[in-house]
Amino acid sequence: MKPRVLQLFASGVNCDRELRFAFEQAGATVVEHHISTLMAQPELVRDCDVFAIPGGFTYGDDLGAGRVLALEVERFLADELQALHHRGGTLFGVCNGFQVLVKAGLLPNVHGVRLSLTWNTSHRFECRWSRLKVEEALGHILPVGSILPAVSAHAEGQLVLAEGAADVARLEQAGVIALRYADASGEACADFPHCPSGTIDAIAGLVSTSGRILGLMPHPERNLSAQHLPDRGAGAWGTGEEGLAFFRGLLATAKTPSLA
Amino acid sequence: MQRQAWRVELEPASGRSDPLGEAALKSLSARGLALNGPLHSGRGFLLPASLERETVATIANRLLADAVNESVRLIAPEQIAETGAQTLIVRRMSGVSDPEAQTATRAIGLLDLPGIAIDSCQVESYRCYRAEDAVDGEALLQAGQRALANPVIEETQLGNAPLGFHADAPSRPAERRELPLSTMDDATLQQLSADMSLALTLEEMQAVQAFYADAGREATDIELETLAQTWSEHCKHKTLTGPVLFRQLDEQGQETERREYSNLLKETVFAATQKLSPDWCWSVFRDNAGVIAMTEDIGVAIKVETHNHPSALDPYGGAGTGIGGVIRDILGTGLGARPFAATDVFCVGPAGMDEADLPPGTMSPDRILDGVVGGVRDYGNRMGIPTVAGTVLRHPGYVANPLVFAGCVGEIPRKYVDKAARPGDLIVAFGGRTGRDGIHGATFSSEALHEESETIDAAAVQIGDPITEKKVLDVLLEARDADLFTSVTDCGAGGFSSAVGEMGEDIGAEVDLESAPLKYPGLAPWEIWISEAQERMVAAIDPKHRGALQQLCDTHDVELTVLGHFADHQRLILRWHGEVFGDLPMSFLHGGVPQPQREAINSAPPQNATAWPESFHAKELLEQALGHPSVASKEAIVRQYDHEVQGGTVVKPYQGAEGHGPGDGTVLQPRLDLPQGVALGCGISPSIALLDAYAGTACAIDEAMRNVVAAGGSPHRTALIDNFCWGDCRKPDRFGSLVRAAEACYDGAMALGAPFISGKDSLNNEYRVGDEEFPIPPTLLCTAMAIVDDVAQTVDTTLQQEGNLLLLVGNTTAEGGGSVLSELLDLGPSQVPCPSWETSPALFAAVHEGIRQGYVAAAHDLSEGGLSVAAAEMVLGANGLGLELDLAQLPGQENQLPLAARLFSESPTRFLLEVPREKIDGFASLMRTLPWASIGQVNASGQLSIQDGGTAVLSLSQSAIARANGVPA
Repeated sequence: MKPRVLQLFASGVNCDRELRFAFEQAGATVVEHHISTLMAQPELVRDCDVFAIPGGFTYGDDLGAGRVLALEVERFLADELQALHHRGGTLFGVCNGFQVLVKAGLLPNVHGVRLSLTWNTSHRFECRWSRLKVEEALGHILPVGSILPAVSAHAEGQLVLAEGAADVARLEQAGVIALRYADASGEACADFPHCPSGTIDAIAGLVSTSGRILGLMPHPERNLSAQHLPDRGAGAWGTGEEGLAFFRGLLATAKTPSLA
Repeated sequence: MQRQAWRVELEPASGRSDPLGEAALKSLSARGLALNGPLHSGRGFLLPASLERETVATIANRLLADAVNESVRLIAPEQIAETGAQTLIVRRMSGVSDPEAQTATRAIGLLDLPGIAIDSCQVESYRCYRAEDAVDGEALLQAGQRALANPVIEETQLGNAPLGFHADAPSRPAERRELPLSTMDDATLQQLSADMSLALTLEEMQAVQAFYADAGREATDIELETLAQTWSEHCKHKTLTGPVLFRQLDEQGQETERREYSNLLKETVFAATQKLSPDWCWSVFRDNAGVIAMTEDIGVAIKVETHNHPSALDPYGGAGTGIGGVIRDILGTGLGARPFAATDVFCVGPAGMDEADLPPGTMSPDRILDGVVGGVRDYGNRMGIPTVAGTVLRHPGYVANPLVFAGCVGEIPRKYVDKAARPGDLIVAFGGRTGRDGIHGATFSSEALHEESETIDAAAVQIGDPITEKKVLDVLLEARDADLFTSVTDCGAGGFSSAVGEMGEDIGAEVDLESAPLKYPGLAPWEIWISEAQERMVAAIDPKHRGALQQLCDTHDVELTVLGHFADHQRLILRWHGEVFGDLPMSFLHGGVPQPQREAINSAPPQNATAWPESFHAKELLEQALGHPSVASKEAIVRQYDHEVQGGTVVKPYQGAEGHGPGDGTVLQPRLDLPQGVALGCGISPSIALLDAYAGTACAIDEAMRNVVAAGGSPHRTALIDNFCWGDCRKPDRFGSLVRAAEACYDGAMALGAPFISGKDSLNNEYRVGDEEFPIPPTLLCTAMAIVDDVAQTVDTTLQQEGNLLLLVGNTTAEGGGSVLSELLDLGPSQVPCPSWETSPALFAAVHEGIRQGYVAAAHDLSEGGLSVAAAEMVLGANGLGLELDLAQLPGQENQLPLAARLFSESPTRFLLEVPREKIDGFASLMRTLPWASIGQVNASGQLSIQDGGTAVLSLSQSAIARANGVPA
């Protein structure tokens, strides 16, 4: 049976088409529900194996990126999402979806660490291709140390930790740092433009200790063909197959009874 | 009177960076206010005074503030803020939209707080700037008013002054008001037009007077407003569609030619489209956008708009609503198209201008550019539409009257291209509410700007709310796919009056104005009718679909209203609670405007040859050319736009491994499951058009075509869009160059087989100071959209492979008037280049075939700065590759041209093509007798080296090119 993805929709979601396309290419069936529908019928979450929140500017990011949708998710869907996770399902958020997961307290959920996502150090929206280095915590999805090229396109992608470096150590200890921005040689790098947000310790994505709640700032769903790479597949940005490999790996994390 | 409120003020917590505060400090310092300590930026919110402190604290901490990043300050309703004397508050004026507040109101409902019902908690948002050290409050206020606020839409105060909710907007009486036209003489008629901001001429007022005399009654205010909107230059294009007598003068001022047009646009631009009428054109000049075929079943719609005068007053809001408006044009094409690309072109004054040199009442060009870029960025990014093509031009002629062009492209199934409202259909509106914003925008844009524009025309400025528009988009596309609409259009200039008036033109319509949902009470019926409040669409639906549409709107949290219904009486009837306030026959509304013949005079273009310099420092000149504002890197702007959203940006605006190489056209793949795509390009040549409007327009068309062909678009399926931005064409000299531009459009379209499918004019781009009038340069923006059959058959401008040959295709000629070099060396007016319509179509076809068959590895068109700049740009994006070129290898007699001309001439219809040696024969067979030559090859040097038959001319490394071009780090 194909994994069933429930894609969340809300006012301001705008990366839904390409995310759906990526999931379908990777072998999933996708249904989309508006948050207003889910608020009235949260039990619809029971019909999926993967719950995904696409990128966008939900509610205009008016009160901070993802803030209001996070509040809605927290208040109306928290129980169903916990249940989905408990029965082996996967939660995924990209860009604004990642901001929602973090602000709803679903990621990284490491005791004692308070964190948020805020404006890039440049205080500007930045759109550019980034190289993401796969850390051990994401080894169940992609080869550790390999590079996942993806498009950064955000203004509020700087991860901030209440206690800075001490919190980085706690995250490292907990094994939740999934992806780091890297330079052309493949080494983790927090310098602009390799790391467009100036985020602490070059962190680009987080994963829960279960390995099944995952979020990242850049968009792997925009990397589904060599034609779309900055050098059109000449090699400096991979082969154009890394994005699809990521989504296949992501779908494979879901271990709900219905997929057994 | 303000109403008391709690203040919640949030600042970056201590130790966190505050780039907004730092930027504000710099802006104040530029205005002459130097602060000793830091300036802290903050976000402020007003909450109802009736709330308990505990409730306010919960809202502040759980919703408004970021717990990790921000610190919270609560100020009780009657409390004076301790730091108020050193805090500058910037808030929106009463009636200006406040999307943050709307979102906050909604979100507060989610907190489940005692005593607060859903969607009931009033909120207002503002910004604050707190100086850490004591400061002279008056000085802070003075500097801050200009440096940190836009006085057109914002007001400033100090933090220790009372701050509460705005008082309710003033109420205007809702009464049926008659204007006694029958008693008025000509002077009174003109005075009435001015007093009501109708922008109607005396002849037009007389036509209106005669109509009411025949009808045997007086006009009502709402009828006059309706006529003024519908007859405005903005909506009716009276100049371009009216009769004109054109005279061409020679250098002595003697008339050499004379011709008449009864409808200039119809006999030039439209005429070419009609004569060409290719079967791949599905909808031309009859809808909100033109539509051409991409596949058999899927079309692509394109429209480019201007938003010049609003952007002059409020660059951020003006550009944002410009892009918002053109997106609605695409949504309102056929039964709805899905936007997948946006374009923007800005024309502003020179960089670094002194405030003192600015005409009174105008903003500095740099501030205008910052504002318009921000407006497009924040609107386009939130909509999820990639902004992928455009440019920035700087010229002194745009200082007081900047130009902002915004374009949008959408995808539409063929079966949804046609639409027609039917009698009995309901008129529904959905999206944003109606307020006083944008009253008289259509008539305002039809007048010249002047010193007091910023104070008296503030109501013409509209503030955008992209998320409301995104919700409208979501509803509209779902409703279209459920076949709920019989017609749909956007509310643009003229608001409901234009939308309903146009949809009901052939059948008639009845509207109950009291049913429109308002942002605040107190609007007069005529204000509701012509308000240009943003983010509203109007549709015709069968009454049986009302429930289904309502349900869709409920899901997406969009407000739906039935305004009235379409009828079969060919009248427009406007009611207020049942009483008829307006009743006009559609025939007079749409056909009654008088069209007097206008005069147009064109002076002779310069005949003298360009004085190319004989001795010059080639390397320095190339570096200067690379840094010229028209050539300099726009990457810093492009990276602020999400030009990759939707995942279909194949040929990108900036290219190569590091993304620094400037592209020509961009190629988008609107459907990831299909190989087809579209190439987009823009051409604009005001510096040539200033000398010769025909040649400047022809060069703009050629440039747009070069852009799309170089990227891989098919010249056989290219549609063009015109945007004429001119001075006041009631003056014969302005109109003369416009006639020549329209003639160039006809000639170009016919020669290239590329029809214009949509367009827009913005005339009256003049600025008046006292009696002096400053028109902008004649500016035609030509946007090209070409079909790409397979996005894999497209190329970048970036060098690909060591050992490949570099070919120059097309003729280089000696006309250098209007060129970058002419400006850099101050060569003065001289002969200008102009494309040859005889040879260019074959050349475009051959280059396209070369790309399609895979003979071409990289392609770049030659534009501003000519061959040397184009070659440097190909090196710029390359991964360590370089070029060695020999200018003695130019085809035929061209190697006899002065060296400076060979390096910098901007002759049109030329390309540099990178072709592998083994493919050169194949390519040559395509070129037949067309002009081309191999002038060098790709090497691994990472630099551009140019020689002239053995004599070294210049050598420039990739990093030096990047530096000269202003490539961001």
